[in-house]
Amino acid sequence: MLNALMSYLGSNVTPGEANNQLWALIYVLIIFAGVSVAVVAMNWLERKALAHFQVRLGPMRVGPHGLLQPIADAVKLLLKEDIIPAEADKFVFWIAPLIGLLAAFTVYTVVPFGPSQAVSDMNIGILFMLGVSSLAVLGIVMAGWASNSHYPLIGALRSSAQMVSYEVAMGMAVVSAVLMTSLHGTGLYGASSLSDGTGTLSMIGIVQAQQEQQVWFLFKFFPLGLIAFVIFAIAMVAETNRAPFDLPEAESELTAGFHTEYSGLRWSLFMLAEYAAMIAVSSIAVTLWLGGWMRPFPHWLSGSVWDFIFSLFPGLTFLGLAAIAVRGTLRMPKHNYFRVQTIGLGAFALVLGGIGLLLLAIAIGARASSSEAIARAADSMNNIYWFMIKIAVFMYLFIWYRATWPRYRFDQLMKVGWKVMLPISLGVLIVTAIVGVIA
Amino acid sequence: MNEIKNDPAALKHELTNLDLETPEKPHLDSNELIINMGPQHPATHGVLRVILKLDGEKVLGTECVIGYLHRGVEKIAENRTYAMFNPYVDRMDYVAAVSNGLGYCLAVEKLLNVEAPARANYIRVILTELNRIASHQLWLGTHALDIGAMTPLFYTFRDREEILKIFEKYCGARLTTHAFRIGGCLYETYAGFEKEVKNFVQFVRPKIDEYEKLLTTNRIWLERTKNVGVISAEDAIALGVTGPVLRASGVKWDLRKAQPYSGYQNFEFEIPTGENGDTYDRYLVRMVEMRQSLRIIEQAVGAIPEGPIMAKVPKVIKPPVGEVYHSIEAPKGELGYFVVSDGSTQPYRVRVRPPSFVNLQALDIMVRGMLVADVVAVIGTLDIVLGEVDR
Repeated sequence: MLNALMSYLGSNVTPGEANNQLWALIYVLIIFAGVSVAVVAMNWLERKALAHFQVRLGPMRVGPHGLLQPIADAVKLLLKEDIIPAEADKFVFWIAPLIGLLAAFTVYTVVPFGPSQAVSDMNIGILFMLGVSSLAVLGIVMAGWASNSHYPLIGALRSSAQMVSYEVAMGMAVVSAVLMTSLHGTGLYGASSLSDGTGTLSMIGIVQAQQEQQVWFLFKFFPLGLIAFVIFAIAMVAETNRAPFDLPEAESELTAGFHTEYSGLRWSLFMLAEYAAMIAVSSIAVTLWLGGWMRPFPHWLSGSVWDFIFSLFPGLTFLGLAAIAVRGTLRMPKHNYFRVQTIGLGAFALVLGGIGLLLLAIAIGARASSSEAIARAADSMNNIYWFMIKIAVFMYLFIWYRATWPRYRFDQLMKVGWKVMLPISLGVLIVTAIVGVIA
Repeated sequence: MNEIKNDPAALKHELTNLDLETPEKPHLDSNELIINMGPQHPATHGVLRVILKLDGEKVLGTECVIGYLHRGVEKIAENRTYAMFNPYVDRMDYVAAVSNGLGYCLAVEKLLNVEAPARANYIRVILTELNRIASHQLWLGTHALDIGAMTPLFYTFRDREEILKIFEKYCGARLTTHAFRIGGCLYETYAGFEKEVKNFVQFVRPKIDEYEKLLTTNRIWLERTKNVGVISAEDAIALGVTGPVLRASGVKWDLRKAQPYSGYQNFEFEIPTGENGDTYDRYLVRMVEMRQSLRIIEQAVGAIPEGPIMAKVPKVIKPPVGEVYHSIEAPKGELGYFVVSDGSTQPYRVRVRPPSFVNLQALDIMVRGMLVADVVAVIGTLDIVLGEVDR
């Protein structure tokens, strides 16, 4: 058993490729836990950031600076009475949130946190991702239908129309990025081998193509890559039903849209699915256009010194967060009432600082010693860090959009989707292909 | 699809005679959908209930059901003395309580044939204009929230707070102020009143620009408000619509200019008007109105005359037999009081002409053929307060 565990660590491929079920299971568990924690963190961050956009404080009571608020909310939701409306279709009502959740989490199978840090490297990775994530609409439609109520029904109809139409533009943008994987040599189609200049649909392969071509697809064939990226970035907001495209759950119109009749645990599953889907689509964008796990300027600022400097970033980030927490601790009112909170925040700062120091130690250790294990650990750390940082930028953008823009109307949304986004993405796709063949 | 006639009586008949029972067997059909918007709904600004008749998302007809907040304010008046009824009017349009009080005081003063002294008039004008800004700020925040922009709500509430602080310092109350009395004002301005009001004017000007920065040229805001809820000047006049809603349709009608009261003739200000009568024009009109109110406040606060703040009014108010109608330009439109006196200490009848109630009539012709999302936008742009609609 231990041998089976250790033997994988020496290989440089994903557990799926190594056909190592045990490690695949471990990866799945790590990702499941990691995404759930990320959703909780995102929940807190959204409330805090949104509050600060809106000259409020946001949660401040449960834990220092409301850090425990998401946990308190989760406990509340779990303890709530489980209500299924009398007229609802009970089975469908029961299964709808699970389908949404399943769709949101299954896509993480192919998300490449690093060249070997993924559950599996499918040769149709991006296709799989788009296909599974579009299953989420099924959960929403089922929820709206099963509720047997007007507002959820309208919300579900809106969301199905919206998701289907934006998926088209999204798909076109994705195809143009996939085209780019092959467009640096000869031939457009062929086996998924990178060395002979053919394209790939594999998520890891797409990042490796960017590595080989020494360019993020965002900047390739400028501005074609950029336009495709912008199309995708808009479509992914619509795809996840977030503001300004949050019509399915338009609070002021449909009270809560498709999940009006949901409460407690089931409602929280919808929320979990929504946030997990946000992270998933962001990871597609990062993989396809922002160089996935690659650090900035891997070629321009190459060499072991630069590698070392960039590998300090993860540790420094955590130390920075720790410093913020320490500042917060020092600014706590010196009063008995706040003692527990002060201690809590201080402990949190210590944990963050500890993680930061550990990561710094790994980075420095990888440079100082020649141990392969440490070098591998440092590599994983860097890959995962840069991937997550890029996703975090998108997460922040999601919050920023929500704070800034009003909501589109249904017909305008459709107009934008079909009359603006689709033609542009189609045009970009064609031009990309032509440019690629000529260049 | 049936041809929908633009005839309120026919629509009412149609809506009230609908078979709303669930069919025995659920079946797939493509009938119109009847949904209830409210009275418990986040976007109906209180307890308005709108019955919507939908074809998909298209609105075929609406019917407003009101009365959920009816408290019988007009009936209460008949059992109170003139002075005792004064605080009750604050509870109608509670976001513009000062205006309500002013209208009532002016009506009773007209009945008594007294006039408030000049100093009282200046104080009244300053406070009512501050209240107009507060009311418009609340409208803007909630209207933007209905359309999906969350942030303006918090900005406007932050700035409205400063106005409420001035009210609180002046008369001890923030919302239902009871600021004025029949015959003038009860309270002198507090020390530093003028300075605070001047500071507020300086403070809020850039804030109004800030709101506009978020919305006025925002693409989504434009798409959501332009050509939405259009009402022509003729329709608006025919329905008795007043206030910013009427002015946005291009009618230059403002009671502060048309029949000045409380010394509004002494101040320079403009009446903004719109052209298209759509939601966007109403938005612009109200934004300009806020700035014009600041202008009036600036003029008034620098020129408050010395003198008494209360006219000679008997302790027990016993107006002569007669009836009187007086209306003012409240933030939402023409607010009128019709007071009938039988010579006793209590009014024989008080009838209020609330702007929200009358403006709400326009909802139906404004949203016909639009989408559900527009109903929300139009309810927001009409700027109704259900406390005033139902009284």
